[in-house]
Amino acid sequence: MPVSLRYVVLRLLQIVPTFILIMVVMFVLVRLLPGDPTSALLGERATDEAVARINAQLGLDKPIPVQFVIFLENFFRGDLGDSIVNKTSVLGLVLNRLPVTLFLTALASLLSVAMAVPLAFVAALRHGSAADSIIRSAFQVGLSTPVFYLGILLLTLFAAHLRWFPVGGYGETLADKLYHLFLPALTLALSLSAVLMRNLRNSIVEVLQAEYVDFARAKGLKARIVLGKHVLRNAVIPTVTLLGLNIGTLLGGAVITETVFAVPGAGRLMIEAIFGRDYPVILGLTMALALLVSLVFLVTDLVQAALDPRVSA
Amino acid sequence: MSVLAEKPAWRPRLRFRGSLVVATLLLGLFLLAAAAPGWLAPYDPLAFDMTAILKPPSGLHPFGTDNFGRDILSRLIWAAHIDLAIALCTTVFPVIFGTVVGALVGYYAGWLDALFGRIVDLVVTFPFLVIVITIVSVLGPGLFNMFIAVSAVGWVFYARLMRAEVMTQKQADYASAGRVLGYGELRIIFRHLLPNAIGSIIVYWMTDMALGILLGSSLGYLGLGAQAPTAEWGVLVADGKNFLNTGWWISFFPGIAIVLTGLGFSLLGDSIADRLRRGR
Repeated sequence: MPVSLRYVVLRLLQIVPTFILIMVVMFVLVRLLPGDPTSALLGERATDEAVARINAQLGLDKPIPVQFVIFLENFFRGDLGDSIVNKTSVLGLVLNRLPVTLFLTALASLLSVAMAVPLAFVAALRHGSAADSIIRSAFQVGLSTPVFYLGILLLTLFAAHLRWFPVGGYGETLADKLYHLFLPALTLALSLSAVLMRNLRNSIVEVLQAEYVDFARAKGLKARIVLGKHVLRNAVIPTVTLLGLNIGTLLGGAVITETVFAVPGAGRLMIEAIFGRDYPVILGLTMALALLVSLVFLVTDLVQAALDPRVSA
Repeated sequence: MSVLAEKPAWRPRLRFRGSLVVATLLLGLFLLAAAAPGWLAPYDPLAFDMTAILKPPSGLHPFGTDNFGRDILSRLIWAAHIDLAIALCTTVFPVIFGTVVGALVGYYAGWLDALFGRIVDLVVTFPFLVIVITIVSVLGPGLFNMFIAVSAVGWVFYARLMRAEVMTQKQADYASAGRVLGYGELRIIFRHLLPNAIGSIIVYWMTDMALGILLGSSLGYLGLGAQAPTAEWGVLVADGKNFLNTGWWISFFPGIAIVLTGLGFSLLGDSIADRLRRGR
């Protein structure tokens, strides 16, 4: 089902004001950070001339509105400035670290769907039974477990004691990367699947009660076909949406997971930049993350519109 | 409707009581720990004991000791009031402010609603944790700054919920009746619409307290929330991160406390939600 071009353009345009607002808010917030980068660079005992020279070099001696205009100009040229701590281009740093985070979140999404779908089916088909209660209780506990604690538990068991997985880092080859990212991805997936599973279970229960399912059964269709073609398809739409809407939570979780497992991704870069007062990196990263979330929301909307024509009408 | 859908009548009632009992027990236990830590804790939480370094759980130290010989159980008990305070303090302002803003926006709609829509977009576009981390880093690490950071963003979720409720409620006959009787708009909003719409806010508040504890302990773990030597469960878990091989209990037990408290609040929220649903 084609989604109308008008709808796509409309949704794209809606992103623009939000994004500009984010840029302004972030720019002002970052300028309010305590301690300036110059003293972080030169240390406490820097001379006044040295401070002035570095300030001029970084453009920090100009008034804040002027700094913002310069920032905007550079931004639209694709120049996010240089990292104060690493002396390399922010865009390069972000582009270097972001794929690691994307890989981690993609892996986590896959794992969480692989866990949530079968369990949700068991719980929904036997709803009200002991199996349903056990699965629901397990996920209730999952919802109350913070990501960093889950990470520590998995690290203790599978890396420190059983030594099945490395305690941290990121590999060179694809297989090595998968091996290093498995525990961090599982950590994220376990916490996400609790949300997915609860919603998927409820939508399957609802679909099972729909008249078209009764009708399909009455026609004499095999249970497998009824479940696969009618129930699963209709229950999956809200799950896809939910997965898209949870991208923010997933990225937030990635910040913590990458810190726990020492994964060199964008989330860990964020924490390093905050502790190092690396303004340009903080700004560039939040822009990149906000853009990413907006795009995922857009894609979610378009997928939803393609699956359900009522949305774009 | 399929036959499958009909549940025996006693089932929801039993579930409601079960989760309420568990929630009360869990929260009661931690409230007791928060109220009288000195009375419950077997040791001084800050006292070094060089004769009992990294001891695994035993009769003497039920949850073991850390690398300074401090008793984990005592530290966990002394941290309870900090984490419960986090649950309360991160949510009090958002509940009140968000409810009032949501009620006004829902009732008056118009440009106020358009402005609110932009704020919602801004907040949902950003990963919540990333905004909070950024604000905390602007203000400086610490508990109080964390409350400000969470409050600055958290009210939006309550306002969104309240807005939707008030928008439905204001169509109801009793709201029109109030208008016909010549009641003031604020009276209609806060005396008539709000009490009818508050149920879902209270349910969300309970879940939010669970989220507040998770968030507070996560920031504590990252070094942005409670600062040592303040004993906070997230900080206690972080204490053990270099001893995964030699002292797993240092991180393990404080984490369990976080999970159980979170569970207590969400079960309480579920029970209240069940009760409201059956009351209707």
